[in-house]
Amino acid sequence: MGLRTTVLVALLVAGPLVGLPLSFITSPGAIDQFSGFLPEAVAATFWILIGVGGGTLVLGTALAALVSFFEFPGRRWIEWALVLPLAMPSYVFTLFALGLRVPGIRSTGGAVVVFTLVLYPYVYLLARSAFLSQSRALIEAARGLGTSRARAILRVGIPLARPAILGGVALALMEALADFGTVNLLGVRTFTDAIYRVWFEAFDRDAAMQLATLLVSVTLTLLVLERLVRGRARHAQMAARGDLVPPLRLRGLPAVAAVLVPVALVVLVVGVPLVQLGVWSVQSIRESLLPVEFGASVRNSLLLAGMSAVLVPVVALLLAYGARESNSRTAATAARTATIGYGLPGSVVAVAVIVPLGWIDRRLDGAFGTGLLLTGTVIGLFYAYLVRFLALAWGAIESSLLRVPRQLDEAARGLGADRLDVLARVHVPLLRAGLATAALLVFVEVMKELPATLLLRPLGGDTMAIAVWQATTESLYKTAALPALMIVLVGLLPVALMIRLSGRIGVSDVEATPAGAGWVDVEEPEAVPA
Amino acid sequence: MSHVRMRGLAKSFGSVHAVRELNLDIERGELLAVLGPSGCGKTTLLRMIAGFEQPDAGCVVVSDEVVAGPGRMVPPERRKVGMVFQDYALFPHLTVEGNVGFGLSTRSREEREGITRRTLELVGLQHNASCPVYELSGGERQRVALARALAPEPELVLLDEPFSNLDATLRAGLRREVELILRDAEATALLVTHDQEEALSLADRLAVMRDGHIVQVGPPVEVYGSPATRWAAQFVGEVNVLSGIARGQGVETELGTFDLRRPATGAVQVAVRPEQLELSTRDGGGNAEVVSREFRGHDVLYRLRHEGGKTLLVQLPSLELHDVGDMVFVRPAPAAVTALVD
Repeated sequence: MGLRTTVLVALLVAGPLVGLPLSFITSPGAIDQFSGFLPEAVAATFWILIGVGGGTLVLGTALAALVSFFEFPGRRWIEWALVLPLAMPSYVFTLFALGLRVPGIRSTGGAVVVFTLVLYPYVYLLARSAFLSQSRALIEAARGLGTSRARAILRVGIPLARPAILGGVALALMEALADFGTVNLLGVRTFTDAIYRVWFEAFDRDAAMQLATLLVSVTLTLLVLERLVRGRARHAQMAARGDLVPPLRLRGLPAVAAVLVPVALVVLVVGVPLVQLGVWSVQSIRESLLPVEFGASVRNSLLLAGMSAVLVPVVALLLAYGARESNSRTAATAARTATIGYGLPGSVVAVAVIVPLGWIDRRLDGAFGTGLLLTGTVIGLFYAYLVRFLALAWGAIESSLLRVPRQLDEAARGLGADRLDVLARVHVPLLRAGLATAALLVFVEVMKELPATLLLRPLGGDTMAIAVWQATTESLYKTAALPALMIVLVGLLPVALMIRLSGRIGVSDVEATPAGAGWVDVEEPEAVPA
Repeated sequence: MSHVRMRGLAKSFGSVHAVRELNLDIERGELLAVLGPSGCGKTTLLRMIAGFEQPDAGCVVVSDEVVAGPGRMVPPERRKVGMVFQDYALFPHLTVEGNVGFGLSTRSREEREGITRRTLELVGLQHNASCPVYELSGGERQRVALARALAPEPELVLLDEPFSNLDATLRAGLRREVELILRDAEATALLVTHDQEEALSLADRLAVMRDGHIVQVGPPVEVYGSPATRWAAQFVGEVNVLSGIARGQGVETELGTFDLRRPATGAVQVAVRPEQLELSTRDGGGNAEVVSREFRGHDVLYRLRHEGGKTLLVQLPSLELHDVGDMVFVRPAPAAVTALVD
């Protein structure tokens, strides 16, 4: 336990990623024969960043302002319903749109619309919590200086929430960059698509690694940006504390619009696709159009997701607890390094882990004749999931761990408990909720994961996500429907959990409350402002 | 031999010397208070005794066992040192009983239950045994924390600013209660605080700490009455420092003659407490003007400007009041014994 564990985990997870840029040294010029891909990939990625950035910014902020500053019938339901699109993987929505033959969907513009519709909740959630934490005094001060309510929101409310809004946009953009299914199905030639084609159609690993390096540099820029603005967001929210801004009651036509627009949006993004997928699913069963080996793909999905849901949180717990125990700057840096896989495209992670695993495989095979022990089996896949989703589990566990005051550790030590005792008797009971959340998040993400699984799956190891993608590429929309429906339904679980948890005070508020056993009180649901 | 001994204890964090060359003894059954301003290193001292920090130099001996010293660092769980944290650090997932019994996990079940019950009775919480700790009031949490620390019968109990989280009305009552509990349990205790009143009223002995070392140790009466340095005099209560000429048992100052605690001769400085001065009025005349008056209920603190230009603090019972602007005569109170300071 302690520093060594943390550093080891960090090396294990971040090591392969560091190897990516080395491909430029080991085989310079590998990318040259595919240089035709580059202008296209850069242009498509650029337009997606611009389009999705603008789209989620406007949609997410407007909806968040609507539910935070105004009161209208059903607001409390709508407030939560607007989060539901998070459960809709973009490739499933794409399947739905393709199946309905939406005109013009097979274009960069179509991809932008799809991403905006399923990714706006990132902006919405962060903006909403920023608006709700704003002090009434600030808006009232602006009104007292002669601005109207609408102008006060525009000139004070939104600027104050700017760090949170930009952080949300950065998250949405990282998701859009990481996507493979949507752009591939819509025929938009982005970086992830190029990596896939170089890998599978040309079998050129070095070129794939170099493309991945280019993509990672864009993602890392976004990641740094997100962390920077989030740091500032915390500051801005701490500064503004006090009564909640009382919402303004809308009447008449505005109230009708305030109800109809969000409801229509959620129905369009979640409701209609679910119904349509349901109808297609029933038809596919009746007409025996289920994917080949459907049972095996369900079993594979459950096994991979279930085992990852155990493995990843345990590693995350070791990482977080080790960092806490050693309490050094090295450990904190190591923990941050280990979580860098977050937001990295699955295709990049797959390309990154295959190299060291392949190297070890060749050595093992040479020595013991084991064949492709790591790359040819699920072990490589688990490794990729670990790299990709460790941050997710770590975040859930770390935020629970942060709520445990260090003095509890010391109190337990002073009462004769050694370190393992403290973990077993104090932390695990207190972290139960965090561990469960981490397991659930990892389970659902692995279930949805497409690109890494596609690149690393062993023979015969198709999952439901792959079945959806495979059938959709062949325009067999009914065949794709049932696995897609199951993925969406499972994906609703963490969204439901998040809705339940978001009603409570966030971690940053806990840190600000005066010390004392009072921090347990955060388990009490926060009163929803009327 | 003292029950707890600290010799040459030192600890730095980077370039900050939190504790330096510190020596301190605690006798068995004694309640010792370490009093110092915030940042003087008292919390670091406590954490070194408890085993949460490793000293850079020096040693800590508890009941004849070296628990920290050159090449030796007994982990906190094997030190038999209990700690009451500033914000109690109660385990939120356990009941009152679970908290108090936490340190008894190596005992048999009956033994654990027996000790837990007796300890809860000691702190008067036997009826709250199965309460979750977050349902308790601040004072009750405080007592659970104390019971939890006392239950394993530690060689030494450390209390880190134990009353700072309570409001003033609770504080005085609880202070007495904690003292009685500690005496009942015949515990040896080290209390760290920055509150002079708390330290003076609670402790058998008082150690005044400044910049990482102990300035003075002694019974509260002695530390208050003969402070070792001007700083100690000013930190432990309010004080007027006067210049004078010592002649054996007495010292002559511009306000009159005071008795000296220890005989001396020549030019000296003495520490005169505000209650060691008296005021009188004669025909509206006087040698000092009342600049401000702080009414504190049972007594009054006057701030005066003496004709020599010096500002004086005088504390009197609130029987008879002087107004701001009044001219008064200042003179030594009867039997005012003062101490020399540097």
